[in-house]
Amino acid sequence: MERVVDPLARKPSALRAQSETIGFLIMVTALVIAPFVTYPLFLMQAMCFALFACAFNLLIGYVGLLSFGHALYFGWASYLSAHAAKVWGLSPELAILTGTATAAVCGLVAGSLAIRRQGIYFAMITLALAQMMYFFALQAKFTGGEDGIQAVPRGHLFGLIDLRNDMAMYAVVLIIFLASFGFIHRIIHSPFGEVLKAIRENESRAISLGYKTDRYKLVAFVLSATLAGVAGATKAIVLQLASLTDVNWPMSGEVVLMTLVGGLGTIFGPVVGAFVILVMQFKLAPIGEWVLVIQGAIFVACVLLFRRGIIGELANKLRIRL
Amino acid sequence: MFEIFGIPSTALFGQLLIGLINGSFYALLSLGLAVIFGMLNIINFSHGAQYMMGAFTAYLILQYTGLGYWPALIIAPIIVGITGIIIERLFLRWLYKLDHLYGLLLTFGLALIFEGVARNYFGSAGLPYTVPESLQGGRNLGFMFLPNYRAWVIAASLCVCVATWFVIERTRLGAYLRAATENPTLVRAFGINVPRMITLTYGFGVALAAFAGVMAAPIYNVSPQMGSELIIVVFAVVVIGGMGSILGAIITGFGLGVIEGLTKVFFPEASNTVIFVIMAIVLLVRPAGLFGRRA
Repeated sequence: MERVVDPLARKPSALRAQSETIGFLIMVTALVIAPFVTYPLFLMQAMCFALFACAFNLLIGYVGLLSFGHALYFGWASYLSAHAAKVWGLSPELAILTGTATAAVCGLVAGSLAIRRQGIYFAMITLALAQMMYFFALQAKFTGGEDGIQAVPRGHLFGLIDLRNDMAMYAVVLIIFLASFGFIHRIIHSPFGEVLKAIRENESRAISLGYKTDRYKLVAFVLSATLAGVAGATKAIVLQLASLTDVNWPMSGEVVLMTLVGGLGTIFGPVVGAFVILVMQFKLAPIGEWVLVIQGAIFVACVLLFRRGIIGELANKLRIRL
Repeated sequence: MFEIFGIPSTALFGQLLIGLINGSFYALLSLGLAVIFGMLNIINFSHGAQYMMGAFTAYLILQYTGLGYWPALIIAPIIVGITGIIIERLFLRWLYKLDHLYGLLLTFGLALIFEGVARNYFGSAGLPYTVPESLQGGRNLGFMFLPNYRAWVIAASLCVCVATWFVIERTRLGAYLRAATENPTLVRAFGINVPRMITLTYGFGVALAAFAGVMAAPIYNVSPQMGSELIIVVFAVVVIGGMGSILGAIITGFGLGVIEGLTKVFFPEASNTVIFVIMAIVLLVRPAGLFGRRA
């Protein structure tokens, strides 16, 4: 990780200390107004991916672990959530819970294997495990193979609110997104989060201070997988679809790209990155396969020129924390 | 024809052969990854894409110059190796002082670019590449039929692997390489041009991938996604073997290919996932990998 000198340490002022709160208020306002301006369906999808990227960022940005297999949790949560809603007939909140629980269990198993190796191996192991689960999804009966699970009913929230209405659905997604975002913010600023950052900076030192770093890493991994699961499960209900795209490796790459573009280790970066990448895919859809080339070029450009990402650069310029 | 565990011997040996073929590609690719990682400290995610580029270069050489398999087997790795050298000079050399992760992300981006370009020009369907005339046909060994081309692939990749091992472990050049892996600053102090060695190492590793790609072209079709499917399995192979040992990479590659082939006979549903399962078991039992040194 590239270290950025903590800007707050240099020049404290009332406004700068509140930068995160102000950023949060701007984000909430924008998300409340947005559905009246543009397509709610697109926004809901974008919020799901933004949450996915935030969950991923919790690992790379704050523990320094690059998981190249986050599609596993996103995709399998989406399958189980779709299956629960469509075949078991569960209400949407229970379906999302089912998907989330699946991701948590997958995260526990995959995480306890992956944290046995460090650095670059960690990335390769998570990628390989995700590919294994992709093949399971390809072969399992209930996933519907190449077709995926289609026409998932949105159902009634708590048996009361009809989610077929896009605005009702939007409100639910917004609440899920903001609650999870707040939860991540809370984790990062908790004593637990401070230990995670210590592990990122210098793991051996954290061990010598008496922290059982493997346990911290595992808990962080499970939290990240679970939150990715919330995103995937919600996405399945919103788009009424769970498919192989969600579990395949390009999805794992996409979430890395979103976070990198927005800014690794920033709180708002993944959200901005997810919106930027989705808008780009949406606008560039007509040119087909060139999107892949452009995504690759963005990766290269980000790594060589903008390692801080959009929000990271902004925060650095304004000397605030975002 | 006879049976082993209720499986006809021809099927068993046929799958064993396919396993050895896959194993040769695993070995060649994981060897290249290990050599590159040793010198550059970068996991070359575009290795699969460069394997694909090798196959496509052979295909294009045939289309535009009419040169067949044998010239392509030499020319394609050189061309792709040169692109590797350009990539190293343009991009990778800025990353050596940064965290490993950036190298992985940059080469992942490059892999997306190569695969995207290939898909735009050639579509995602596979293109055929015929087996060279001198290696067509095969021989009957009594218990199975052995196509000549497949025998050649196994023999050639074994030779290349062993030659690479010999150069790195037993020659003066290899000694410089190993020394530069341990302590580049000290080796530079002895007047050896380490940055040039790093560049050439990357070129060589990439050329190995392209060589594997040309050999794979007549067996599998030439298709844009041939590399990305393979590279993830090769990552698992590398995790199982550990990247510390050249010989380890070769043995693990061939061994896992054979195991995968046998799984196809006895439990076909698991043939796609068996290598990943083995990886999980190895991580539980020997976290450092079979041939790895504890970091």
